[in-house]
Amino acid sequence: MNAPQRVTTWDVEAVRADFPILAQTVHGKPLAYLDNAATTQKPNAVIDAIAHFYRHDNANIHRGVHALAERATIAYEAAREAARRFLNARSANEIVFVRGTTEAINLVAASFGARFQPGDEVIVTAMEHHANIVPWQLVQARTGIVLKVIPMDESGALQTEQLAALITPRTRLVAVTHVSNALGTINPVAELIAIAHQHGVPVLVDGAQAVPHMPVDVQALDADFYCFSGHKLFGPTGIGVLYGKAELLESMPPYQGGGDMIRTVSFEKSTFAPPPQRFEAGTPHIAGAIGLKAAIEYLERLDRLAALRYEQELLAYATERLQTVPGLKIVGTAPEKAAVVSFTIDGIHPHDLGTIVDRYGVAIRVGHHCAMPVMTFFGVPATARASFAFYNTFAEIDQLTDALHRARDLLV
Amino acid sequence: MEQELRDLYQELILDHKRHPRNFHEMADATRTVEGHNPLCGDHLRLFVKLEAGRIADVSFVGEGCAISTASASLLTEALKGKTVEEAETLLSKMVELLTASEAPTDPMALGKLGVLAGVRDYPSRVKCAMLPWRTLQAALSDDAPAAISTE
Repeated sequence: MNAPQRVTTWDVEAVRADFPILAQTVHGKPLAYLDNAATTQKPNAVIDAIAHFYRHDNANIHRGVHALAERATIAYEAAREAARRFLNARSANEIVFVRGTTEAINLVAASFGARFQPGDEVIVTAMEHHANIVPWQLVQARTGIVLKVIPMDESGALQTEQLAALITPRTRLVAVTHVSNALGTINPVAELIAIAHQHGVPVLVDGAQAVPHMPVDVQALDADFYCFSGHKLFGPTGIGVLYGKAELLESMPPYQGGGDMIRTVSFEKSTFAPPPQRFEAGTPHIAGAIGLKAAIEYLERLDRLAALRYEQELLAYATERLQTVPGLKIVGTAPEKAAVVSFTIDGIHPHDLGTIVDRYGVAIRVGHHCAMPVMTFFGVPATARASFAFYNTFAEIDQLTDALHRARDLLV
Repeated sequence: MEQELRDLYQELILDHKRHPRNFHEMADATRTVEGHNPLCGDHLRLFVKLEAGRIADVSFVGEGCAISTASASLLTEALKGKTVEEAETLLSKMVELLTASEAPTDPMALGKLGVLAGVRDYPSRVKCAMLPWRTLQAALSDDAPAAISTE
């Protein structure tokens, strides 16, 4: 089964050459890595930047006066500037380095949420993953806030019009995912932010699944907080970004205490550094930030709109090809979707699918995708999920489709 | 690769997946324990009727993959009529079969249950096969909990 002729200006083979891990076989088959929503692969530029840092520049930052310490500090702060540019933040001081999206949300929950009172409200969506539910439940347990949920429809599209009715004078924050990891749904965050702002409510956007697929401009969105993980953006694990509007970050107490986040310390009292240092206690993931900068610069060299168009072609092709598998149902069919296809096959549990397609060289995610409420909504214990990046090919979608047919032959 | 998959998904496993034995609720069970794997969402309810130290009846319901369903189905077949002591011996042999670092010398000594030996080659799937057995372990303990969870 060959892919039909596609009209695309995207040179996928040139891009694939940048990602050494893709050129391997798994169980004797060419690897088809279709688990990009879990983590993305890293281009040589990122791998080389991390290796270069450890080979030549490794030192702690912000405190040494020797040459290596100065180089490391400059490289780390240059990474912050790259992240600022990437999100179009006004100032690099609005960029806080964290371990990832989960830590970013926990930071906002713990710090911004420190002033919440019993009966205050936080609004999330029905399609959040656990990282944008559990931190608010921890705040709830501590302070007695109320968690409200914007519903979605049967296609997995958010019922945006419901937001205004959920907001009350007690609403302190709206926290929404930009793109659903389990369904691929792209939420209209600009619209959600506009509605929330009409009521004076700030908005946190979980951009973990959005930034790998589409350009994001936090000023154009007018987002109050925006966060993402480096490893889903072709960068290293253990590094991520929390963007926060300067006036918000300045109003927030420290999240963790320690070195590098203080102005003065005595045993009686400490005063805290301004943001972003206030939120970066201890030695940060310096090499991770440098790797993230390399990932951002790699993306800046690509034609990202062409990449997005190409991914949408992959999505359309996968949607069409997968439905040739008898009994296959796609979970999440919102009109606006990123390149993510969640599905079930009658009579085959997703875990069996995952094991079988792996033997055909195809890496997909199976399970509840850390989004159990989404699974409950659709009445499934788990799904199989193929998620694409701009280095995936139509042939890999054929490889997946063939493997799913083989799984049916074996199990049904 | 086809053969490796056939070693995992042997006909006997597929038969039990398609037609699980003793797959029903039991109104007069003396022990009912929920088993749940939070990593994959699989869950089952195991019903055991103990009479004079013997497993008079055992059944299950639930939702899981081929491996966990077949493992539960085979478990019910193997346990019916066994004494609690015999069941505990079988349980420890199964735990060994599925998790011990050394492969068992003679998996077929466990009879039909030996077909689950292939799971050892799929580390991410061992917990699927283990779930019914961990649930049984809880059901047989003196202070049987209402629910257990495996990872």
